[in-house]
Amino acid sequence: MSTTTYGWLVLAFPLAGTLVTALGFRTWRGRAAGWIATGAIFLAFLAALGALISLQGHSPQHRELVSSLWNYAVTVGIDARMSILVDPLSVYMILVVTGISTLIHLYSVSYMDKDRGFVRFFSYLNFFVFSMLLLVLASNFLLLIVGWAFVGAASYLLISFWYRRKTATQAGIKAFVINVVGDVGLVLGTYFIFKHTHTLEFLKTFHAVESHTHPAFGFAGDNGDLVAGCVLLLVGAFAKSAQIPLHTWLPDAMEGPTPVSALIHAATMVTAGVYLIARMHPLFERAPAAQDVGAVIGALTLLIAGTIALVQTDIKRVIAYSTMSQIGYMIMGVSVGAYAAGLFHLMTHAFFKALLFMAAGSIIGAMAGEQSLEKMGGFRKALPFTYACFIIGGLALSGIPPFSGFFSKDEILLVTGERGGWHWALYAAGYVGAFLTAIYTFRMIFRAFHGEPVPEARELKQGHMHHAETPRNPANGEEEDLDVGFPGPTHAIAERALPMKLAMALLALGATGVGLVQIPKVDFVIDDFLRPTFATSPLYEPHTKTGLLWFGLALGTVLGLAGIAIAYRVWVARPGTAAAIQARMGAVYELLVHKWYFDELIATLVVRPAAAAGAFARDTFERVFVDETLIGGTTGIVRAGSATVRAAQSGFVRYYAALLILGVTGVGFYFLLQS
Amino acid sequence: MSIAWYLAVSAIVFSLGAVGVMTRRNPLVVLLCLELMLNGGNLALIAFSRMWGNGDGQILAIVVMTVAACEVCIGLGMIVALYRRHLPIDTDELRELQG
Amino acid sequence: MSSVLFFIAAIGVISGAVGVVVLRNPFFSVLALVAHLLSLAVLFLLLRAEFVAAVQVVVYAGAVMVLYVFVVAYVGGEGETLGERLRGVGAHGPVGSGLRLGGAIVAGALLVELLIALLGTGLEAVNGYGAGYAPGPHAYGTPAYIGKLLLTRFLLVFELASFLLLIAAVGGVVLARRRGGLGEDDEADALAPLDLARPWGTGTIAEGAGMLPPADQGSPGRADRAGESRVETGAGRHS
Repeated sequence: MSTTTYGWLVLAFPLAGTLVTALGFRTWRGRAAGWIATGAIFLAFLAALGALISLQGHSPQHRELVSSLWNYAVTVGIDARMSILVDPLSVYMILVVTGISTLIHLYSVSYMDKDRGFVRFFSYLNFFVFSMLLLVLASNFLLLIVGWAFVGAASYLLISFWYRRKTATQAGIKAFVINVVGDVGLVLGTYFIFKHTHTLEFLKTFHAVESHTHPAFGFAGDNGDLVAGCVLLLVGAFAKSAQIPLHTWLPDAMEGPTPVSALIHAATMVTAGVYLIARMHPLFERAPAAQDVGAVIGALTLLIAGTIALVQTDIKRVIAYSTMSQIGYMIMGVSVGAYAAGLFHLMTHAFFKALLFMAAGSIIGAMAGEQSLEKMGGFRKALPFTYACFIIGGLALSGIPPFSGFFSKDEILLVTGERGGWHWALYAAGYVGAFLTAIYTFRMIFRAFHGEPVPEARELKQGHMHHAETPRNPANGEEEDLDVGFPGPTHAIAERALPMKLAMALLALGATGVGLVQIPKVDFVIDDFLRPTFATSPLYEPHTKTGLLWFGLALGTVLGLAGIAIAYRVWVARPGTAAAIQARMGAVYELLVHKWYFDELIATLVVRPAAAAGAFARDTFERVFVDETLIGGTTGIVRAGSATVRAAQSGFVRYYAALLILGVTGVGFYFLLQS
Repeated sequence: MSIAWYLAVSAIVFSLGAVGVMTRRNPLVVLLCLELMLNGGNLALIAFSRMWGNGDGQILAIVVMTVAACEVCIGLGMIVALYRRHLPIDTDELRELQG
Repeated sequence: MSSVLFFIAAIGVISGAVGVVVLRNPFFSVLALVAHLLSLAVLFLLLRAEFVAAVQVVVYAGAVMVLYVFVVAYVGGEGETLGERLRGVGAHGPVGSGLRLGGAIVAGALLVELLIALLGTGLEAVNGYGAGYAPGPHAYGTPAYIGKLLLTRFLLVFELASFLLLIAAVGGVVLARRRGGLGEDDEADALAPLDLARPWGTGTIAEGAGMLPPADQGSPGRADRAGESRVETGAGRHS
């Protein structure tokens, strides 16, 4: 089978999975739908492996393969085809997506058991995987935008999965609206680029831009349209990857079930922005202003998100802000030209973040749905496996060798430092962020697993899982029931559910070992693999200064360990320290707890004017102009007219006779005039 | 007298009939005034027939009389039916076909 | 001589017409019309239309007016004075009262028009005395003359007119018949074939609205009588 056939298979299996589970949603009993969906994604993973092996069979110059299924609109001025691009970057992405997705599907089979919306969940999840694969396999802007929109829709469907929870539906709407802002940016950016290149296909666009004789955007450096287009693409990337200032949807998106958070908001959808910038590297390299914007925003996000994570009490939100921060690293990485490093961090992050989310799901299950760190404590003996997974994920996240996060994060910062100039500020920010990362990660772990065991932990130690008498919404405490639209009655923990345990174990192995494929100066698996895609980029082979490299590695390790130590001291060794710090830095604490007031800022700048405009339109314009004048006017005229005419139907016979004779008189008058 | 005089009489009778139709309330009298209008027309027909010298007008006048008879038959039948159902015999009262 | 006769007849015609319109009692109106018709017959004679004049007297004044007399005697109806009428006493709404004066004005306008048409511009043809007249057995206006015309040139008209008379006779009987008279009881007891399959009135809107009579009354005849009584009470409310 040819490489591109594998590519189409990768797309076909999840789509088939969606349709099969969705169309037969009344027939699937028990967990059948879950196994079908997991099987579909596993088959897609096998097809991705096939694509990988087949792709490596080609020579390195011929590893960018396009396959078109049919011509959608190919005519003068436009070439829109249904075509996929199988090249190292897309194969890399589909491997990550299908691999992590398979494990998350496996996890969900236990986690969502007995939920009334079980089948719907899996069809949505498969649809999401299909959309994400479409996004990364797209070979032209059209399919990219289609995939982009579909993942936004799937994200909305999955965030508001428990749709009878008001908080969940509001969060879903918020995510979707912000994503749409990004979509607009993406489409407009596409337009600005298309205006000059006159083609939608990626490869043709890149040839047009890179051409030495007739470059599409001219020979000058910062061509305005190119910069505008790239900045607009960045708007799309920021919305999807939850970067400042379009990031406010990601913490609220934790309303969705934990597997959704693991898949969409850690491993795959939020990395779409990173993929976009990496894919569009020829354009970005010719628009340095856009690259600078990306790098600065990435750095800002990683700092701000790191600070907010220090004060969050909801365990999933801590991990969400951590995701935001790590994506900031990736965005910064691909914006300064560290493509391989950024994408490598994408992969390692997918492993350990999904692992952290899964482990969080396990402890939330033990708490019978409660998500607040303030109510958790001392689960170390009751949930040993979960604790181990948290430790592995936390160490990877904090960048402690030999876990995978160490290698990937430090490589990004290394390339950033090598760019020199004002990039040293980004370099410093990166290490400050790493320090914060270690602190908040282990704050979370220590608070949840160390200290006095809470009642739920004690119950679990005796072998009995805690169940709340009335199910409640963990965000605002509202009472719920167990019917469709709310979470189901069972709460699963990893220790007792084999699928969950298996998925988490595999991810833990990956989080530990995957770093070994790209040890600096030792092996360059990712670098070599991705080289054909980035062959034309001058930034791809940085001249790595060895001194800076060892300095960076050492600094990263030291900061990570220091962060863990501080976290241990504040939250384990001397309880009460946290409260003291909080009291002393009250203003800072307020700023962080209110998430740097971004929500309030957006509410004032955008939401309130829009609501006011809507109210004005409804009350004044619609009511007065449309209802009363236009509609009321027309009906009023018709009514008055017919009332006038109706007056002629008086029912008096003599009146009609009079009208007749009047008519005769008129006719006679006419004839008199004629003669 | 010249034909014109006869036509003048016919016009006067016709107008008087029109006034009666529009003015009287009793449907019987309205029908009577309708007869007046028909007679006015008849007179005009006969006058013109005399003018031309052929009998067409006279035949037509006979037919008009026939029609008048039929119409009277039906009209009076309706009035009798109204009377039988105790409805008021007054054109101002009978106005249900209104609006 | 003929002029004098003309004027006498014309005065008779017009006063009869005025009488019909003005007189209060409908019976007097009928009598005024009879007078009008007889004077009109004289006018016809002056115009050499002998047969038509005779028909006018016999049919119109004789038969139609007699019918009118019968009906006026049966129905009657209150008249009203001219003054009352013009003031619109007892009339309903603006249409009723305003119509009097308006109607008179409209008819007056009609008259004026007709007179203008007649006496105004160049209708010289009507200033003559008509075509020549040659007396004889089949002369103009004689019954033989009319008969010949009816059966040759105007045969279709003749037949249609007789058809019309038939229709009018049937219509008159239908209009004025009394419902629920003799012979209806037999029809009421007879069973229609459909009544064996299911009760009468099943599936009708009346059944849906709950207005069907109870089952023992069955067929249309009885319901008709019930309908008539409903109309009568309605009429009572009306007046």
